[in-house]
Amino acid sequence: MLKNFFPNKILSFSNKLFSFLIVLMLLFVFVGLIYALFLSPPDFTQGDSVRIMYVHVPASFIALGCFGFMGIASICALIFKIKILPLMAKSLAPVGSVFALVSIVTGSLWGKPTWGTWWAWDARLTSMLILFIFYIAYISVWKFVDNYEKANRVTSIIAIIGSLNLPVIKYSVDWWNTLHQTSSITLTSAPTIHYTMLIPLIIMLIGTILYTLIVFLMRYKTEIMKFKLDKRNKEN
Amino acid sequence: MLSKKARSRIVILTFLLALAAAVVYGVLKSLEENVVYFFSPTELYNKEDISFNKKIRVGGLVKEGSINNDQTSVNFIVTDLNNEIIVSYKGSLPNLFSEGKGVVAEGKLKDKKYFIADKILAKHDENYMPPEVSKILKKTKE
Repeated sequence: MLKNFFPNKILSFSNKLFSFLIVLMLLFVFVGLIYALFLSPPDFTQGDSVRIMYVHVPASFIALGCFGFMGIASICALIFKIKILPLMAKSLAPVGSVFALVSIVTGSLWGKPTWGTWWAWDARLTSMLILFIFYIAYISVWKFVDNYEKANRVTSIIAIIGSLNLPVIKYSVDWWNTLHQTSSITLTSAPTIHYTMLIPLIIMLIGTILYTLIVFLMRYKTEIMKFKLDKRNKEN
Repeated sequence: MLSKKARSRIVILTFLLALAAAVVYGVLKSLEENVVYFFSPTELYNKEDISFNKKIRVGGLVKEGSINNDQTSVNFIVTDLNNEIIVSYKGSLPNLFSEGKGVVAEGKLKDKKYFIADKILAKHDENYMPPEVSKILKKTKE
């Protein structure tokens, strides 16, 4: 399956398939938003503020997931020296970082009417901010370091060290007393979110994943083309 | 499948990662006091190095029927179902502050049983449901 991401295959990724992905994404996001903003019920405690959750949760999921992928890709690149892996990680970083920012901002907008504060230095929020900083560091090194091999080495380390933060973010609400609530959806127990809210949330999550995939593919194609061009220029 | 070089890289990386994880663990453990956002009433009760001048936070549930408004301040009890502490606060309360719900109070301890807060935050739990469902749940509890 990894072979599909090799330069030859990815550059011939059919436009029809791509358009299909975009239409599918728009469908999920559109339906998801209709449910999130209008058709789903308000919450018995927080009223309509709950609707921010339909953006905040998928964004957080993507922010963590992308960085996880970047970490795994960096480790595998270091071990097996597969050339396309750093490019894949590089292509994931921008969309992941945007969603990390969306998570923090939407969380803040939700926190003010609910908790009574825009921000709190609890474990969940602080570790999320650290994740965003790692994203910025990762993107900056690729941007400002000219030598590909050097940038590759430094960003791989940033991705791997930053990945250690991921379980901290996820379990911060369980390991310590935090202001942020514990997870409503877990692998081991029944969800504490009613199905009338859980289903729109899942629809939004799928739509967001599709969106991330599309943006990733667009960027990855560009990175591959840039890489090939740079290689050709160096040989001349 | 795994070349000798790849295998040695895996070993080195695993070792370095385990080391890094241990460092992260050690740092978080030693910073525990600063990482927790608040103490529960029980944790405060059992705490030995309590200082009555340091700003700390206590969190828990607002005890049912404990909210008392007098002329200048509001008093209520924060409980973690094991221990309680009385909190006194002057100022406006967040909208979601109510009995039986989570709260985090920031301020100073007057003594082990009495806390003077200068900031109150409402803590939201992990339950999400429509108002109708919550009404049905309340009825079945009674």
